[in-house]
Amino acid sequence: MVRESFHEQLDKLRGDIVRMGNLVVNAIDMATTAFKRRDMDLAEKVVMDDEKIDRLELEIEKKCMSLLALQQPLARDLRFIGTALKINTDLERIGDYACNIAKIVLTIGKEPFIKPLVDLPHMAELCRQMVKDNLNAFINQDREKALATAKKDHEVDHLYQEVFQELLALMMQNSQNIRQATFLLMIARHLERIGDHATNLSEWIIYMVSGERLELNEKLF
Amino acid sequence: MENKMETRKLSVYYKNFQALYSVDLPIQKNAVTALIGPSGCGKSTFLRALNRMNEVIEGTRVEGEVLLDGKNIYDPRVDPVALRKKVGMVFQKPNPFPMSIFDNVAYGPRIHGIKKKTDLEQIVHKSLAAAALWDEVKDRLYKSALGLSGGQQQRLVIARVLAVEPEVILMDEPASALDPISTAKLEDLIHQLKQNYTIVIVTHNMQQAARVSDYTGFFLNGELIEYNTTTAIFTAPREKRTEDYITGRFG
Repeated sequence: MVRESFHEQLDKLRGDIVRMGNLVVNAIDMATTAFKRRDMDLAEKVVMDDEKIDRLELEIEKKCMSLLALQQPLARDLRFIGTALKINTDLERIGDYACNIAKIVLTIGKEPFIKPLVDLPHMAELCRQMVKDNLNAFINQDREKALATAKKDHEVDHLYQEVFQELLALMMQNSQNIRQATFLLMIARHLERIGDHATNLSEWIIYMVSGERLELNEKLF
Repeated sequence: MENKMETRKLSVYYKNFQALYSVDLPIQKNAVTALIGPSGCGKSTFLRALNRMNEVIEGTRVEGEVLLDGKNIYDPRVDPVALRKKVGMVFQKPNPFPMSIFDNVAYGPRIHGIKKKTDLEQIVHKSLAAAALWDEVKDRLYKSALGLSGGQQQRLVIARVLAVEPEVILMDEPASALDPISTAKLEDLIHQLKQNYTIVIVTHNMQQAARVSDYTGFFLNGELIEYNTTTAIFTAPREKRTEDYITGRFG
């Protein structure tokens, strides 16, 4: 095998993306758990850990730029680095949404919920699963898995609509509900956005594997 | 990082023509330094000044200092032959001697007084292995070196340089006569060699400089315009002239 050092650097970059992905999956996981259990310490941790994700994003970006400038990557190597650069941004953004959710958890604090939590945790779990499955699709160069994962975004969008209607109704019923309902609506919105960015991950992974550029995000919102 | 070599206000003249203007350039130990620039910019002159190869051209005059481990190689007490053993050179076109592969590699050690066959065998083996050529030639060591491919010949020449245990290896466009696969092999070899040697490479091929080097110096009209880490030079050069050259806007 020739160009050993180049291929080593590509492997390292792959490892960094996986590390980034795991941090982000964890952030969603922790933010959701903090939300369900009213665990303020855990929510604080998500906010603190976001810095790690931001730092890693910069590191990955720098590596990609260097590889592009110095190694003249072509074909699948080029698609891989381009993909790394794009999904790096999506992952960082997903991390930001998890961090925002944690901040809202801190703001709501321990006040009683105005409704039982059913759809929101379900949305969160779907989102976490989408990111995780795409991470596996990335590792295994699995086009089908990436494509199947993108389809789950419909479910996330559907749940978002339901939560939206429900919270709107609660606000109309009683203006005392408006404050918390707005926060819950923001959490729902953040989760919906995570779903969209997770769909972007699918698109780029498919591009990386096969070179096709598919548009999988249906713009409902 | 430690400087293996360093030039201080190095100017080189060919009779009345000044080819280099007061160049200060560090050469880091166990790293690859690439010299880039358009034809006639002085990069090859600079390279040859690092082991006093310019002296063989009549009318050459050198001003300033070239330090190797802190000592000026232009000091009159320095023996150029001993210097060139420490600072070896690989040229553009592979130049194997018309003799066997074994004798090519054993040539230098023999000149330096090693006669025992087992010692020579050991050196030849070690040098060919270090030049990533051993596996390809181990069964034909006593055949003519001229039967090797261009890429193999270039690695043979590197093995010949390694056989005299240099500390610095100068390479003047070592891949310009090679096909892409041989070039990639040579670049891998350069990458391995830097663990034990300090390497300075002159190349017309900017992409090659980007791929193989840790530090890059850009020369123009006999001046060193910019020196920095290769990543910095190729992603965010400080000088406009460097940027114009590497983006193909002149030269």
